[in-house]
Amino acid sequence: MTKVLDPTNETEPAKIPRVDRPTSLDGLTVGLLDISKPRGDRFLDRIEERLVERGLRVERFRKPTFTKPAPVDLRHEIATKCDVVIEALAD
Amino acid sequence: MSQTEVSDLPDGLVAVVKQDCPTCELIAPVLVELAKKSDLTVITQDDPNFPAEISNRMLDADLAISWHHDIETVPTLLLVRNGQEIDRTVGWSRPQWERLSGVSELGIHLPDQRPGCGSLSVDPSLSAELTVRFGGSKLLGRRVEFASLEDTHEALFERGWTDGLPVVPPTESRVLAMLEGTTRSPEDIVATVPPDLVPCTVEKVAVNAVMAGCRPEYLPVVLAALEAVCTDGFNMHGLLATTMPHAPVLIVNGPIATKIGMNSKNNALGQGNRANSTIGRALQLVIRNVGGGRPGEVDRAALGSPAKVGFCFAEREADSPWTPISTMYGFPSGTNTVLAFPGEAPRNVVDQLSRDPESLARTYAANLISIQHPKLILGFDAILAVAPDHSRIFGDAGWSREKLVDRIVALTVRPGKELIRGAGGIPEGLPEAMADLDLPKFRPNGLHIVHCGGGAGLFSAIIGGWVNGEMGSNPVCVEIIP
Repeated sequence: MTKVLDPTNETEPAKIPRVDRPTSLDGLTVGLLDISKPRGDRFLDRIEERLVERGLRVERFRKPTFTKPAPVDLRHEIATKCDVVIEALAD
Repeated sequence: MSQTEVSDLPDGLVAVVKQDCPTCELIAPVLVELAKKSDLTVITQDDPNFPAEISNRMLDADLAISWHHDIETVPTLLLVRNGQEIDRTVGWSRPQWERLSGVSELGIHLPDQRPGCGSLSVDPSLSAELTVRFGGSKLLGRRVEFASLEDTHEALFERGWTDGLPVVPPTESRVLAMLEGTTRSPEDIVATVPPDLVPCTVEKVAVNAVMAGCRPEYLPVVLAALEAVCTDGFNMHGLLATTMPHAPVLIVNGPIATKIGMNSKNNALGQGNRANSTIGRALQLVIRNVGGGRPGEVDRAALGSPAKVGFCFAEREADSPWTPISTMYGFPSGTNTVLAFPGEAPRNVVDQLSRDPESLARTYAANLISIQHPKLILGFDAILAVAPDHSRIFGDAGWSREKLVDRIVALTVRPGKELIRGAGGIPEGLPEAMADLDLPKFRPNGLHIVHCGGGAGLFSAIIGGWVNGEMGSNPVCVEIIP
């Protein structure tokens, strides 16, 4: 019988329930997050055109660099201003 | 863990000895003399028949008596009244033994004094085990007990705690022995480890270092490496999460490298040396087990590389034509440091014909240009590991590291029109607007030249970097604190 020490962090990750998906985008603000990968802006520009055509309000955001997690203030700003968010990876 | 009870010592004189100690052998006649003239009990740690002439003998087979009474040296002579020790002397000293026993002219044929030997209870190979058995534990981590029919190694794999290779089971005694390698307390926080941003204690690092196969004397290097990679500048989160194949590459400088037996010579970047092979692996296991960074999860490497198992080596300082690489980061020569560099697996550079520094610098430049892509510039640092047959050429010509770096940087400047998108029939490349500029491959201080490798072979090696600078990662060099 071997007894060992747990090498992990022994923590249970906090589980935050997701917001329910909206049944319609009508009247919602859509955030578009560019993670700063090359040409992600092209994809998001087109998405913005399409959303604006449908009469939606769009807010644009950009991470300083794709190699690091979005700064906490940016995440807070997105959560405060937007109802849904679209994040663009690209290369 | 419960404390083991140990009975009181017998009253009178108590001598703790072991047969495997020349001083104990020497004073055996003194013990016989004392047994005749006073109330003496001999406690022997190894041979139950030592000393043969003494009848009032006890065997301390599990070393419980020695451990509980803090016996560090044999022989130790104790004076006991009502079960309580009131005096002791260690080793052989006639005046001290006469004072304690009240018997004069003890061992008159012996030298006046002779130092003792180490007690078995403080033997480095046993002390951690005895501390666990008798001392209770200071460790805070959760204990995981495997069923008696479970294969321990399989159980460690099944829990997802390994990198795919077997690990050493981190038993409490092994972790305690590992912690002897540092002066830091087990509960000290070393760093906040990504991606789960978990504050990681010295104890958790020690657990993973045991699993990686480290010896205790490697632990300070592992602790320093973890501190280095968990800085904002190094950006371990990004390095882990990237689709590129890079990992922390660790270079150790200073006397500690030799002291702990690291390899900077033949096959320095390869297998076969315990310290080189396990220090980098311990860091990776901490990232995996404490930080929660696992391949296919937050680790998104498309291809990965063998460097991700763990990549650590020492610089060959003794006969280097250059100062240690740590001097680039402001540390004086002779400082124990670890440099964490975000790098990939090494690739060989052959030049067996150059005999002058200029032609060899041209060979390096031609090879270094191709890091990640010949048409991509300024985004990727590099390590150039130069083996002695090459480094001698620069040493003999008096080329400092700075001179060699400057020459390579100059040789890797190219016209933008060769690097723009579409040039050479390749879409990958720089924006059209850069066509009229002359552009260097490396940023200032991006090229790291280190000396390592065996004595024969006109080779060097290139370790390409990851996205460098503020948008990615900067190499970080920290001092190793014992």
